[in-house]
Amino acid sequence: MNDADILNLTAAQAVAAIDAGTLSADALFEVYRSRAREDQLNCFTWLAEQAPHGMAASPLNAVPLAVKDLFCTEGVPSQSGSRILEGYRPPYTATAVARLQAAGASLLGKTNQDEFAMGSSTENSAYGPVLNPWDRERVPGGSSGGSAAAVAAGLAPWALGTDTGGSIRQPAALCGIVGLKPTYGAISRYGMIAFASSLDQAGPLTRDVTDAALMLRHMVGDDPCDATALRFPEEVALPGAERLDGVRLGVPEELTGEGIEPGVSQAFQDTLARARELGAQVQSVRLPHAPHALSAYYVLAPAECSSNLARFDGVRYGARADDARDLLDMYTRTRHDGFGAEVKRRIMLGTYALSSGYYDAYYGRAQRVRTKIAEDFKAAFAEVDLIVTPTAPTVAFRLGEKTADPWSMYLNDYCTVPMSLAGIPAISIPCGLSEGLPVGFQIAGPVFSENRLLDAAYALEQALGFDGSVARV
Amino acid sequence: MAGELSAVLDHIAKIGELDLDDVAPTSHVVEVTGALRPDEPVDSLTREDALAQAPAVSGDGFLVPSPQA
Repeated sequence: MNDADILNLTAAQAVAAIDAGTLSADALFEVYRSRAREDQLNCFTWLAEQAPHGMAASPLNAVPLAVKDLFCTEGVPSQSGSRILEGYRPPYTATAVARLQAAGASLLGKTNQDEFAMGSSTENSAYGPVLNPWDRERVPGGSSGGSAAAVAAGLAPWALGTDTGGSIRQPAALCGIVGLKPTYGAISRYGMIAFASSLDQAGPLTRDVTDAALMLRHMVGDDPCDATALRFPEEVALPGAERLDGVRLGVPEELTGEGIEPGVSQAFQDTLARARELGAQVQSVRLPHAPHALSAYYVLAPAECSSNLARFDGVRYGARADDARDLLDMYTRTRHDGFGAEVKRRIMLGTYALSSGYYDAYYGRAQRVRTKIAEDFKAAFAEVDLIVTPTAPTVAFRLGEKTADPWSMYLNDYCTVPMSLAGIPAISIPCGLSEGLPVGFQIAGPVFSENRLLDAAYALEQALGFDGSVARV
Repeated sequence: MAGELSAVLDHIAKIGELDLDDVAPTSHVVEVTGALRPDEPVDSLTREDALAQAPAVSGDGFLVPSPQA
């Protein structure tokens, strides 16, 4: 097999080729490591020196894996895109990564991200922005932008990311790949450097739906180190559905009308037409509180982050400001120097929302909005099997285009945040191009409906035949 | 940054328009029962590992500047 043949394999196909003896794990790793070393998109913050040994003849056959920087990896820099964790090498490995390694995956590298996963463009990384392989003047989305761009550009066969309000699905959409946010609790959060703990969820960024199912299969399950991680109620199956006969797809008018740019709307409508051809029933549903999801999210996520990020004080790990006058001065200057502007903005929003006198008006109300949003989904799933929307309102935008106006950046997650607040699974698959740039199609289902979600995504993927190979040059 | 924060707060304030008096706040999104693990002692990080990433160490503890200059 030559390098071009190897590059054309999905992760699942590479596993099979190694099983069949037509590909060696070392050759596979070397193809990706040499491509990753030539990375011109700034996808990676750390790369493996060599392939780990003794990983072949396992379920994942030593297939290389790119991992978002915020996952703790023992002895390997884990900086969450922040200056305040520069050079931090954790003493342990996150459960999600450890499980993939136990299944045989080889750590290829750590991927760039928005600082502490706060952002939708990967422009907030202390290690520089990531470029979109479809157009290097544009962002890859975020916060898992390094993972998404690496997979799209063929610098890694697949990658691990995290999604708090859209951070897997939106970059997957903007880079023309598949991104799955599982049910909250499906995968342990142990060892994920926390942003907003009631929302953070690990998940796969892959070239196709089968790879997403394969990676998910090896990560799910409860964990004594994370009390919110749950036993997955069934085996994660590899998808095989060819049709959508009898599947009721709900289109929420609140997330598919105003604010969606015309090219994205067109690709979405074309995909709905394709779904109907495959036998799906497409019908309108209401999610009346969904338009308030973003407002509630920008109370809850900053509130949780302001608490989680209190640990970065220059005492136990990470960077410390020099020449402090006293302890308080050390804390203050360490955090002033170590955090970027967006992180500071969210810590201030969060502490404000939690402060005495404002708590009920902000945090208390936002938690009630969250209840209403979850109830909206429950009511909708009484009428339909799955809910579909565009993943992001626009295609990839230009670097710097939205950095001056935080709310315009936050609007990227308009269609993805409601599912995060409800804790339900959602997948983004590439469904076409608008102005030469990929558009994502989001499918959401009830809690633990991943198998149905993956089957529907697979049937659509086969029918759509999206070709992402042009980004892998 | 003050202007940016005010603009964000203006958007957030829209949740004030909703009638939420009889709505229970969300505490956890997925129903969980019996989430506690058995109370069995296990090894923790060694002191050496716990101190290995600290910016400053004195003896077997973290070293910080004095609280009073």
